[in-house]
Amino acid sequence: MQEQSDRQPMIEATGLVKRFGDFTAVDGIDVRVQRGEAFGFLGPNGAGKSSTMRMIGCVSPVTEGTLRVLGHDPAVDGARIRARLGVVPQEDTLDLELSVMENLVVYGRYFGMSRKAAADRGRELLEFVQLEERAHSQVESMSGGMKRRLTIARSLINDPDLLLLDEPTTGLDPQARHVVWDRLFRLKQRGVTLVLTTHYMDEAEQLCDRLVVMDGGRIAAEGSPVALIREWSTREVVELRFAAGDNETHGEKVEALVAQPGRPLQTLVSRIEVLPDRVLLYSDDGDGTVGELHRAGVAPESVLVRRSSLEDVFLRLTGRSLVE
Amino acid sequence: MTTTLPTAPTAPALPPAPSTARLVGRAVEFWRMQFRRTWRGTWASTVLTPLGFLAAMGLGLGSIVDNGSGADTLGGVSYLDFIAPGLLAASIMQQASFESSYPVLGAIKWAKQYHAQLATPLRVRDALTGHLLWVALRLGISALVFLIVMALFTTFHSWWAVLCLPAAVLTGMAFVPGVFAYAATLETDSGFALLFRFVIMPMFLFSGTFFPVSQLPDWLEPVAYAVPLWHGVDLCRDLALGTASLLPSLGHVAYLLLWVAGGYALALRTFSKRLVT
Repeated sequence: MQEQSDRQPMIEATGLVKRFGDFTAVDGIDVRVQRGEAFGFLGPNGAGKSSTMRMIGCVSPVTEGTLRVLGHDPAVDGARIRARLGVVPQEDTLDLELSVMENLVVYGRYFGMSRKAAADRGRELLEFVQLEERAHSQVESMSGGMKRRLTIARSLINDPDLLLLDEPTTGLDPQARHVVWDRLFRLKQRGVTLVLTTHYMDEAEQLCDRLVVMDGGRIAAEGSPVALIREWSTREVVELRFAAGDNETHGEKVEALVAQPGRPLQTLVSRIEVLPDRVLLYSDDGDGTVGELHRAGVAPESVLVRRSSLEDVFLRLTGRSLVE
Repeated sequence: MTTTLPTAPTAPALPPAPSTARLVGRAVEFWRMQFRRTWRGTWASTVLTPLGFLAAMGLGLGSIVDNGSGADTLGGVSYLDFIAPGLLAASIMQQASFESSYPVLGAIKWAKQYHAQLATPLRVRDALTGHLLWVALRLGISALVFLIVMALFTTFHSWWAVLCLPAAVLTGMAFVPGVFAYAATLETDSGFALLFRFVIMPMFLFSGTFFPVSQLPDWLEPVAYAVPLWHGVDLCRDLALGTASLLPSLGHVAYLLLWVAGGYALALRTFSKRLVT
């Protein structure tokens, strides 16, 4: 179709707002996702990720702002857009009484595929998610990880242009998560446009070319994982642990040391965070920082120098308090 | 082997929108597929319900009624012949409300099959209409079985009785969309207990199924006429006994259709409110 050019973004949202009564779940976000990109929405619970995904999935009307998915307006062409989407919802919507294959076939039928085409494609997809031996099992008997893989297989039945994954690995054990990641990575390599939400940093780092950190319905930061770490954290983090109960007093002492003008520590450490169980020093030179602390007479029970991660960015941007 | 997993699409042109009939058909197909998995648990009650009712009420209770003063009140018809079409309408209504309760809440809340459908080209009205049609089909099967059992008990007085099949389905469908609408407003299934206890059961008992509504206290009689089940019972009975006349029958049909239409409009509203948030 001529209205679609290669440069046209798969998703384009401007000033996107979603309100439920008085509650504003999404508070004016701008998002552009290009073809072939793996894009992530990262944020704590209640940040507005799922509401955003449901609007993109054309199942939730936009309250304000504009949204174009595959170049079209969901309010006008929702059903036609959905024909080209693959959706992995946050909670599985598999039919537990049907077999694995029946779930795939009936879903393919929703997209107007013939039974045979849906079954053929279903077999391919089961192989892809390593469930080929389960084709005739009833879904009810399967583990959470298997159901998730089946949901992913199902979302691909119509060979979608855009795959939306809402917390694809939440609740899975590490083995199952890695299988899912591996499959998603393969899809990404094939050029499928992936949009996912997650609150797992490792997931975002592994899969996303670009991501936004959402908090309170707004976008707090945007960029590639590496760029976000560079912008919002330091190269390394030094974690100090002191004897239980002493953490706070030692923490204050380290804070005072770092604040002292003229000391190398002041230039080495760009930020310090005293947590109930440990003290975090953000620095581009972890070993240098440890050496200086040692010279200043700080003697923690344990010292760990690690690379900064997306988790540090996330906690910096969205805070450490629990969201319930 | 080579697989055709999604590759980078060059131009995601949107496919044309399928017709509503096709989309509805796909939803019906899902329920049919699901039924194929679970029908074994249902056929016994489909057959045993009419058998049990007709044997116990028609023959058992009927032998007392027919020997007492009942014969005059019923206009010379045996009690079995009198209640058989009433039981048909009432038990189809009962099944109708059952099929519209738990499966609907389940498709919203537990197994979420509606949500699965709405992530595809299906729209709320397709999911709703498809499920409604499927329930109508189920009621048709049950009504057919009931009619066959009635024929075995030789309770028919006229060939018009074959029209009892659509009449019974229509009676059931007068309730179905309304119960769909109600189910879509519930958070838990405890609301169904209220529905069955305080709405369905009294209707079942007092809508002319077991005795003519003229036997009701005078103040209650008009209430019975307002209840769609009475219209279904009266329609089925007239057809089975060959006493149907055109205008009253059309009146019954129109009244029942009104309930179908009103229920559908209501269900579309509660479904949209619940599923599109």
